[in-house]
Amino acid sequence: MQSASGRGLFWAVLLTIGVLVIATSASAQGFRTEFPRTPQGSPNLTGVWQALGNAYWDIEPHVADYAVLPELGAQFAIPPGQGVVEGGEIPYLPDALAQRDENFANRLGNDPEAKCYLGGVPRSTYMPNPFQILQGDSNVIIVYQFAAALRNIHVGGTREAPIDTWMGWSNGNWEGDTFVVDVTGVNGVTWLDRAGNFTSNMARIQERYTPMGPNHLQYEVTITDPTIYSRPWTISLPLYRRVESDFQFLEFKCVQFSEEILYGHLRKPSED
Amino acid sequence: MIRRTIEIMGAVAVAVVLVAPSTLAAQSQRTAWGDPDISGYFTTSSVVPLERPRELGEQEFYSPEEAAARAAARLAPREGPPERDRGTRSDVHYDFDQFGLSQFQNEVATNTRTSIVTDPPNGRLPESVDAAVERREARNEARRGHEFDGPENRSLTERCIVWSSTLPPILPGGYNSNMQIFQSPGYVMIQAEMGDPRIIPTDGGEHAAGNLQQWNGVSVGRWEGETLVVETTNFHEQAAWRGSSKNMKVTERITRIDDSTVEYGFTVDDAETWSAPWSGVYPLAAIDGPLYEYACHEGNYGIANILSGQRAEEARQASGQ
Repeated sequence: MQSASGRGLFWAVLLTIGVLVIATSASAQGFRTEFPRTPQGSPNLTGVWQALGNAYWDIEPHVADYAVLPELGAQFAIPPGQGVVEGGEIPYLPDALAQRDENFANRLGNDPEAKCYLGGVPRSTYMPNPFQILQGDSNVIIVYQFAAALRNIHVGGTREAPIDTWMGWSNGNWEGDTFVVDVTGVNGVTWLDRAGNFTSNMARIQERYTPMGPNHLQYEVTITDPTIYSRPWTISLPLYRRVESDFQFLEFKCVQFSEEILYGHLRKPSED
Repeated sequence: MIRRTIEIMGAVAVAVVLVAPSTLAAQSQRTAWGDPDISGYFTTSSVVPLERPRELGEQEFYSPEEAAARAAARLAPREGPPERDRGTRSDVHYDFDQFGLSQFQNEVATNTRTSIVTDPPNGRLPESVDAAVERREARNEARRGHEFDGPENRSLTERCIVWSSTLPPILPGGYNSNMQIFQSPGYVMIQAEMGDPRIIPTDGGEHAAGNLQQWNGVSVGRWEGETLVVETTNFHEQAAWRGSSKNMKVTERITRIDDSTVEYGFTVDDAETWSAPWSGVYPLAAIDGPLYEYACHEGNYGIANILSGQRAEEARQASGQ
């Protein structure tokens, strides 16, 4: 009797401990029911974010395709994607479309990502790597894992880009719960994806970050560049918070991985 | 010396930083969430050398007059290049007054110290241990005769992977000696202009990287009173800072002194390299930001030029010309 009752108590205690452990670990992992806010009331974007899907391969709708080098096999084949461009196609003017196709044909050696160049905006956002937003007293910075790219977003700033750069010049504003960032001064050398889509250095890029739930942002980008597009066009995709409690933002210094593409032809020939 | 170093480096990625004389409004000493405010843009430029001239012994400071005279001499605008360089390619190519930022064009914090190193008391780095000397010799030996074989044989700086002056401890470099400190609740971001941003959690947590080694190490921070203390370990074994080992631990201590100055102190602890831990401190002067994108690798024509120059030389020799 006593033994059976003792066993019952044992299991009850164990079950209670189990529930407590589960509850504690859920809370330790920062289980959120609402998007965090600053004391001033605006959404607090601080966190590590990442895009899912495969817009980084091609922001337009695309079916699966061979790897850029077919000998890389299925492992590195291009996965299919519905694209993230509203309406499906980028409204290129004819010459620009021809340039995009040329970029695609020469992507193995010409894609700035392959060369470990700073990813530019908006491409850095939906690369298959996380990025970290830090929201300070007023300004916001974003650090992208790929190539350790850093953006300073000047909140309330009205200054124009003093010089063209890879990551552009960013002025930010809050419109309700949406963080709106106007990017100018882009250098026109960055691409938008691995398919050769691109902007010129005349592009004006407006990003909109809007909380969609405790751990999601909707990311919308409107690109205006009359030199290569027939009208402004828009990208839209969700961003996901990296919720791992022990997530560490590791560095992805890619310079050494690009050196064969950039300098391999200049190596000393083998003496064998 | 700096000129020669730059010429040897050969990397020509030069960012332009526009720095006006400081006209900073008084800054709040606290962030909105109550942490000490150490944020801003600063120059890490210094007229004080890392190591003290031997003849000064344990003399830590110059008199204010002496220090001012030395600073004025160091910061006087140069009157053109040495006679032998005038009209040469290197005169134009390395004209940092025009294409970069020479020291006299930058803000420099007042500093009466005779050296950045404060411990050992002689203001000089401790002796290297035998293992460090052996590592250095092995590295040099492996490289000898292969300096121009391929990009991997060039220095990490030339390859735009890391600069020793932008790894912790951050020290004055030959040019573009600036940094940004950015704060948000729970984090501080530090970026030396030519380095990578380090996002440092300030919750005093443990290093979570295990045995992972990174070029910039792994940094964790905590507040001790008014001072941000950052400990960095897990350095990449190739990122040797003056011959340091991958087990180097750097402790940085950053404190706001006044509206226009932050003090940057550090201790380097690496028993596999130096016979004792050593420490230094120097003031950073606030500058009007921002820092412009450095994009070193993107503009690195140096590596291609160095390697193609060597291949051309080899072809010339092979053809017997």
